[in-house]
Amino acid sequence: MSASLAVPAPGGFGRMTLRLVLIGAVLILALLPALNRLPADSALHVSDFIVSITGKWITYAILALAIDLAWGYAGILSLGHGAFFALGGYAIGMHLMRLIGPRGVYGHPTLPDFMVFLGYQELPWYWLGFDHFPFAILMAMLVPGLLAGVVGFLAFRSRITGVYLSIITQALTYALMLAFFRNDMGFGGNNGFTDFKELLGMPLNTSAARSTLFYASLLLLLGALWLCSWVAQSKLGRVLVAIRDAESRVRFLGYDVTRHKLFVFVLSAMIAGLAGALYVPQVGIINPGEFSPGNSIEAVIWVAVGGRGTLIGALLGAFSVNALKTWLTTVAPDLWLFALGGLFVAVTLFLPRGLIGLFSKAPR
Amino acid sequence: MSEPVLYLDGVSVVFDGFKALNNLSLIVDAGELRAIIGPNGAGKTTMMDVITGKTRPTAGVVRFREHDLTRLDEATIANLGIGRKFQKPTMFDALTVFENLELALKAPRGPLACLRWVLSGEARRRIESVMEEVGLSARAGDRAAILSHGQRQWLEIGMLLMQDPELLLVDEPVAGMTDQETEHTAALLVRIAGQRSVVVVEHDLEFVRALGSKVTVLCEGTMLSEGSIDHVQNDPRVIEVYLGR
Repeated sequence: MSASLAVPAPGGFGRMTLRLVLIGAVLILALLPALNRLPADSALHVSDFIVSITGKWITYAILALAIDLAWGYAGILSLGHGAFFALGGYAIGMHLMRLIGPRGVYGHPTLPDFMVFLGYQELPWYWLGFDHFPFAILMAMLVPGLLAGVVGFLAFRSRITGVYLSIITQALTYALMLAFFRNDMGFGGNNGFTDFKELLGMPLNTSAARSTLFYASLLLLLGALWLCSWVAQSKLGRVLVAIRDAESRVRFLGYDVTRHKLFVFVLSAMIAGLAGALYVPQVGIINPGEFSPGNSIEAVIWVAVGGRGTLIGALLGAFSVNALKTWLTTVAPDLWLFALGGLFVAVTLFLPRGLIGLFSKAPR
Repeated sequence: MSEPVLYLDGVSVVFDGFKALNNLSLIVDAGELRAIIGPNGAGKTTMMDVITGKTRPTAGVVRFREHDLTRLDEATIANLGIGRKFQKPTMFDALTVFENLELALKAPRGPLACLRWVLSGEARRRIESVMEEVGLSARAGDRAAILSHGQRQWLEIGMLLMQDPELLLVDEPVAGMTDQETEHTAALLVRIAGQRSVVVVEHDLEFVRALGSKVTVLCEGTMLSEGSIDHVQNDPRVIEVYLGR
């Protein structure tokens, strides 16, 4: 079934309409933090809750974009992208922990609370440098990129594709979850990192910090969308689609398929890592639960629901499924997992091109 | 006498004890057009797989000019100048005719080169001239998925031309074509040969006769007979295993 689904055809309801809808959506999003500043009794006032949850969804949408680039175009169905997202989150989390400084419960000048508690005498070597923000952001991209590079190189070189690759990536995120649960890894064990105080001199949990992080996420979303569209519309994008549909034929045309897949997989992992780095300061916590296999699968479902191989569909899916989740987990929390599973089955059966397929005509 | 372009000597391929190729030798000269015929299971496709790096031979020498093909992967071999058309036409259904040809066009193949690729006027003209050659100009913007079987054959031949290979391996190019299209294909292959070497695998003996080339008959993984079409058609061994049936 993977062969000929969801063609990245921009046909149907037209580039212009699509662009207008997108610009409208971005403008509405951009207005949210401003409307949050209005007095609470104003009709247009937007609550803190809406701003913070939308900011979180924007980072999910970036993750969905990253998955769509790898899956929708190159056919690499990663069920471990949550790991790249979580690693980016841990990188910025380490920076946030360092910024707490002596304000921790134990008041140690350099060591985070959990290290004092576990009897560390000094910072482990791999914590060095994380007191600098640019270094932490760099690591939020490089660590996921490097991991994707190593795993991807081994898998793609051995021509592991399809469901086998999905299982490997799923095992990867599960293994990382188990590793990060261990106290002696030096990443806070099952508690992870929390109690963050500030970022770039900005106290977190203030309205100013919320809107700054919100706008940073929105900018990253637009940047990632631009980058992914560039890849998708270039000849590289067409090579990736060709690899997705007939991998061995691409080899006989002289393309080194391993290199192309590796390129897109690493790029995708780096985007996911950056998304995670913007997610953690907004939710105020990162723990090994972010590596749980279910998270990665859920993110893939966003893309499937929205419509893969379209980029815009990934954004649509991330926002709509998460809106549904927020609503349903409030009114009927026990039903959420059934709803998610049912949604995936229903979309696969009835909407193979996702929600975006409802708006665009069948491909040429 | 010039160096052969393709040189196979003593090539054997064994799959689980079954000898798909058995001590096969074949020499193709520069600019030569060669037809290969043989009953089903004679090893024709396996021979193509060995030359293009899809299958590693169990024994024997496979050389393309000075390159040892048994040590190279498919992409490297393709870039050396060996193009292949598959028995079942294989292309990229989600892409248009034009885009399929653009991907096949000889150009830098790395991911970054593809990302920065800009279609030049010269490249466009080359693609357009090949579309003209294979009669698909009117279908340039159509997705390959909606082409008829014969048009898919043509598109794949077009992709082969875009690659500008020194050696073309063409597996059953006229299956599903009308008589007129078959004639056109024969003429095209004859025209291509001369500048390049072409190896054609085909069942259709009328087509092979139209090529007017040297014919190699394969049977059970080894060469049974070689010569003109009249020579092999009159060879008693060939008649026994193949034509006489």
